[in-house]
Amino acid sequence: MKLSGKALRYGDHVDTDVIIPARYLNSSDPMELASHCMEDIDKDFLKRLQPGDIIAAGVNFGCGSSREHAPLAIKSAGVGAVVAKSFARIFYRNSVNIGLPIVVSNLDIAEGDQAEVDLDAGILYNQTQGTEDHFPPFSPFLQDVIHAGGLMNALKEGKL
Amino acid sequence: MSMTMTQKIIAAHCGKETVTPGEILLANTDLVLGNDITAPVAVNEFEKANCANVFDKSKVVLVLDHFVPNKDIKAAEQSKQIREFARKHDIENFFDVGQTGVEHALLPEKGLVTAGDLVIGADSHTCTYGALGALSTGVGSTDMAAAMASGKVWLRVPEAIKVLLHGAFRPYVSGKDVILHLIGMIGVDGALYQSLEFVGEGVRSLSIDDRLCVCNMAIEAGAKNGIFSVDEQTITYLRDHGAKEPRLFWADDSAVYARVIDIDLSTLTPTVAFPHLPDNTRTFDEIPKDLAIDQVVIGSCTNGRLSDFVQAAELFKGRKVHPDVRCLIIPATQQIYLDCMHLGLFDTFIQAGCAVSTPTCGPCLGGHMGILAAKEKCVSTTNRNFVGRMGDPKSEVYLASPAVAAASAILGRVAEPGEL
Repeated sequence: MKLSGKALRYGDHVDTDVIIPARYLNSSDPMELASHCMEDIDKDFLKRLQPGDIIAAGVNFGCGSSREHAPLAIKSAGVGAVVAKSFARIFYRNSVNIGLPIVVSNLDIAEGDQAEVDLDAGILYNQTQGTEDHFPPFSPFLQDVIHAGGLMNALKEGKL
Repeated sequence: MSMTMTQKIIAAHCGKETVTPGEILLANTDLVLGNDITAPVAVNEFEKANCANVFDKSKVVLVLDHFVPNKDIKAAEQSKQIREFARKHDIENFFDVGQTGVEHALLPEKGLVTAGDLVIGADSHTCTYGALGALSTGVGSTDMAAAMASGKVWLRVPEAIKVLLHGAFRPYVSGKDVILHLIGMIGVDGALYQSLEFVGEGVRSLSIDDRLCVCNMAIEAGAKNGIFSVDEQTITYLRDHGAKEPRLFWADDSAVYARVIDIDLSTLTPTVAFPHLPDNTRTFDEIPKDLAIDQVVIGSCTNGRLSDFVQAAELFKGRKVHPDVRCLIIPATQQIYLDCMHLGLFDTFIQAGCAVSTPTCGPCLGGHMGILAAKEKCVSTTNRNFVGRMGDPKSEVYLASPAVAAASAILGRVAEPGEL
């Protein structure tokens, strides 16, 4: 699977409280959550975002609360993939479990760069800068989850 | 192959002799937890996948604690959804208003966790129960849904950081200062994907409440879990709270650690995490004497236990909350509330001008019961001080111990107890 889009760039330690503030957690509706995505860190996020765009961030993306509402809001807002130097562990597993593509890479990506992720080959391209990075494949179990389209589908397929 | 405490507990729950860091395994869980924010997403997933039954109705725990007593209609709908799910599936450990408490204070108190257990919870502070020698870790709502159906969770076997504790506390220093000091030292991603394993002769100076506080904030260093070696205090606590028979796991002498950190408890002083990350820590030699505040919160899964209120009450005795400060006292469970009442602590708090609340996570996550306006500053015994955590994105949260919080409430500024 290949995903490409323009990069929206953020720094280190983007926490789940700014991805989706707790004042909106009285709903679990994906579209309602999406309508407040990133509003405390970037109030123009939804205006700037085109479907399929890629969030590019520094270290420890998604730190803090376990709220799955965070990757759900990002996915439902239309983000194609999140690329970061590292992810907080619960955000990482939540993304895999709900089928939001995430990539760990140190590749330099600036705001507005055109990026492409080849999930099967494990390559991230920065088409604007003409650079690329290879990232390690997911473990066999996580590949099963990803190919099933998320953890609940993997459960239904008897993988758990 | 030699293993850490955490690795041994994972191996025991996968039916394996040994496990290797980095490996991803399916493990059996002893307890699956969710709350009024995370469980609705899990229930939606559970039902969407047409799961008929929970794997074990005695091993699923549902706690309404975040937005209770319900703050608005939407929150009430979420609680109602979980209440109905709990009834339909005959969940034995469902806690509603009147019995409920902040989940990570409630589960240990109810004896639902024992040493050697593998506990997952759709709440990041599930790592709290490592204080009792369990492997407990926060997961997401879909993990919770899958585990409610199958009893299983996928886990990456973590490496560990060994934290060797020595010595004993000075006055007005507690578990909160240990964990803030450690997070300040290693950073908010200093233990990413790793275990924090607390061992050494200094462990005995930490009460169980201190250990619960330390493990609670392991996640603020990015850790998968925090865990303490089990001692006589742990065994007594488990027995007194009617927990199951403990299973003891010790790290091998030859276990390999990513890092070893020594902390001499006698050198620690009251520590405060400044906005907007828990690793932005300072001690009072670095804190100005004129940092005025608007609110103080004493409570939460980090510091809402009886010993926290006993410490705070000692400082409030015969003193008043500063006229420019609102001070909120939130016992984390009904039992802690009763104990505070019987000990007369509420008389002290109320005479000092504090407001006392029923158990709730409320203000910690900016839910309700103490939201901050723009530019307001709060000293809080909670666990996070991210941008907008307790209200307006321009408000500020300073994380500290109950002793520092009480002293700050009285003096109207970020202050240490020794200044009183």
